[in-house]
Amino acid sequence: MTGAEGCFRERAGTALKDTQLRANFRRAMDGLMDKRAEQFSDVNEWERLRGLGESIRRRALARLPDLLEQLERNCTANGISVHWAETVEQANETVLEILQRRGAKRVVKGKSMVSEEMHLNDYLGRHGITALEADLGEYIVQMAGETPSHLIMPAIHKNRGQIARLFKDNIENYDYTEDPVEMTAVARSQLRREFQDADAGLSGVNFAVAETGTLCLVENEGNGRMVTTVPPVHIAVTGIEKVVEKLEDVPPLLSLLTRSATGQPITTYFNMITSPRKEGERDGPEEVHLILLDNGRSRIHADAETRRTLQCIRCGACMNHCPVYTRVGGHAYGGVYPGPIGKILTPQIEGMRVFGDLPEASSLCNACVEVCPVRIPIAQVLVRLRDEAAGHCPRPTVKESGARKSVMEDLVWTGWKWMHRSPAAYRMMTGLLAKAGNLAPSGAPLLRQWTSARTKPRFAGKTLHQMVREKGLADE
Amino acid sequence: MTDRDYPEKPGAVYFFGTCLVDLFYPRAGMAGMELLQRQGIKMIFPQGQSCCGQPAFNNGHRDEARAVAAAQIKLFPKDIPVVLPSGSCAGMMRRHYPYLFEGYPEEATAKALAERVFELTEFLVHVAGVALEDRGDPIRVTWHGSCHSQREMGIRDEPKTLLRQLAKVELVELQREKECCGFGGTFSVKQPDVSAAMVTDKAADIEQSGAEKIVSGDCGCLMNITGALGKKGSAVLGRHIAEFLLERTDDGR
Repeated sequence: MTGAEGCFRERAGTALKDTQLRANFRRAMDGLMDKRAEQFSDVNEWERLRGLGESIRRRALARLPDLLEQLERNCTANGISVHWAETVEQANETVLEILQRRGAKRVVKGKSMVSEEMHLNDYLGRHGITALEADLGEYIVQMAGETPSHLIMPAIHKNRGQIARLFKDNIENYDYTEDPVEMTAVARSQLRREFQDADAGLSGVNFAVAETGTLCLVENEGNGRMVTTVPPVHIAVTGIEKVVEKLEDVPPLLSLLTRSATGQPITTYFNMITSPRKEGERDGPEEVHLILLDNGRSRIHADAETRRTLQCIRCGACMNHCPVYTRVGGHAYGGVYPGPIGKILTPQIEGMRVFGDLPEASSLCNACVEVCPVRIPIAQVLVRLRDEAAGHCPRPTVKESGARKSVMEDLVWTGWKWMHRSPAAYRMMTGLLAKAGNLAPSGAPLLRQWTSARTKPRFAGKTLHQMVREKGLADE
Repeated sequence: MTDRDYPEKPGAVYFFGTCLVDLFYPRAGMAGMELLQRQGIKMIFPQGQSCCGQPAFNNGHRDEARAVAAAQIKLFPKDIPVVLPSGSCAGMMRRHYPYLFEGYPEEATAKALAERVFELTEFLVHVAGVALEDRGDPIRVTWHGSCHSQREMGIRDEPKTLLRQLAKVELVELQREKECCGFGGTFSVKQPDVSAAMVTDKAADIEQSGAEKIVSGDCGCLMNITGALGKKGSAVLGRHIAEFLLERTDDGR
């Protein structure tokens, strides 16, 4: 499903005019950056830990097919039913089959970006099943009829006043308050009933441990524990890349995740799910299902450069530190995954036709690369995807590669090449450009975009080459 | 501090001016060479140079970038440093040339060149060991380090070390010193609205600092920032750090 309307530039333009939105994001991202910085004040510890995180993720991806089979074997032995889904449609059908077999009508959900990727709530709704989001941020976003604007803080685009008004319009007998603690208590009491009444719980997975067949779930609110233990059925959905080899791989990744994401030294809840309720146990679901979704990931995995996209542990630090994201927010990206990671992941999953402009939405400032806890070379992948979009990748692998090919741009860069690779051509063309450039009106193409916020630059009277020649510096 | 080992001060270096300096800021290039010459270093400026190739490389035209880059790497055959008055173009040569030429005949040359590439301020501090004597009037300035100088070249303190050598220059830091100014090459015209929002914020940060001049080591940022300051009628002037250091220390000869 590629429902993005317009292009990034249009969506960003709209977002930039929303001063409330910009203020909300700036304030939130400033806070998150400060909290993360406090956690990683020891540079040596940070570099050592992220090096370890990177190697764990790369090692897992290098052995992905083996590890997935091992995960399946161990989960199955533990009593977890494992389902493979190549596409979103297959994943949705699998969820529906499980729910229909149990006669389930109400599903309560923990936070899961893969379920967003599946557009699961809409799908279930069309089949007469209600899915209720139980993560507070997701609960707010669902109430507003929106999609998450951040990987881990889905409602970060709203301030408390906006949320209070939303609650007032949607919750019966809401005793109006803008106090976050009181608002949380209201949501909590609403959700508590849902956990008890739900026919099934659905969650994502942060790390799936192949060695033990364990599903790890990181969360702060306890809703993840509720959805995975209270209802009689638990369905976990995850992308195939979330597998790690060993249990001992988890602690470093967990530390990197919570500290990078929210600046928390540890998470409030860490759930390790290894089986359904066993005989004699007092709680836990009767059935546990794991759905492993591919949705283009095998294709991303097949190329060594794009594969690094899959190292991601979904901490969101890249967006917290992104000067573009901070100004336009998550919805401007048009896809499920926003920010820098979204700029490289969404076009590869959904294709270049609709999302080929996302890799352009970056000044290549590398702020994301600097904070990525598993060292994803985001800027390098962005440049690769620009090659793919323009149809100039020597070994294209990305879905709809070349969809953004432009004859006009190709001509410009061919001309640029001829001008810059021959000293004689460069000398002649720079002379012409300087004259023409200084005469060109501010409304000329490209200059128009530049001068919307800046004065027109002036070519210097003499080039550096000329000045150097006049001064008689060595030319060897 | 950067993560590299620095050589002894050499007798001569190559200077790669960069295309933006060539066309828009030639005095910054001349100033950079003058600063190096003062340290007794001979300057070699190959007249065949044009552009490092970054614009095409960043825009999905790798072949064109490689063709232009290949024409540059031939110009620096001697095993002496190549100094650039730009962290961004230095980053292109140092970080991206080895990748760009992977599997091509020029690979070994490109990798060897990458090891010899230095941004001007890191070279002045770590290799030339300059000691600057301030001859100007008291002034308050602020500093903007380009993203590529910070995050590709690992340059953080070097430019400020130089500015702090100047006795009568008060250096005030920007509130969001490390944040991108929004230039990003063609990003500024391909995503003009986001770029404009970024540079408008940067210009406001600079104005709030109370500085008379904004000093930077990269002309892309400088063109972007001074353009935005000019558009809002600000009195703050932009200067490339080479030009600024030269004007502060010139003895008028």
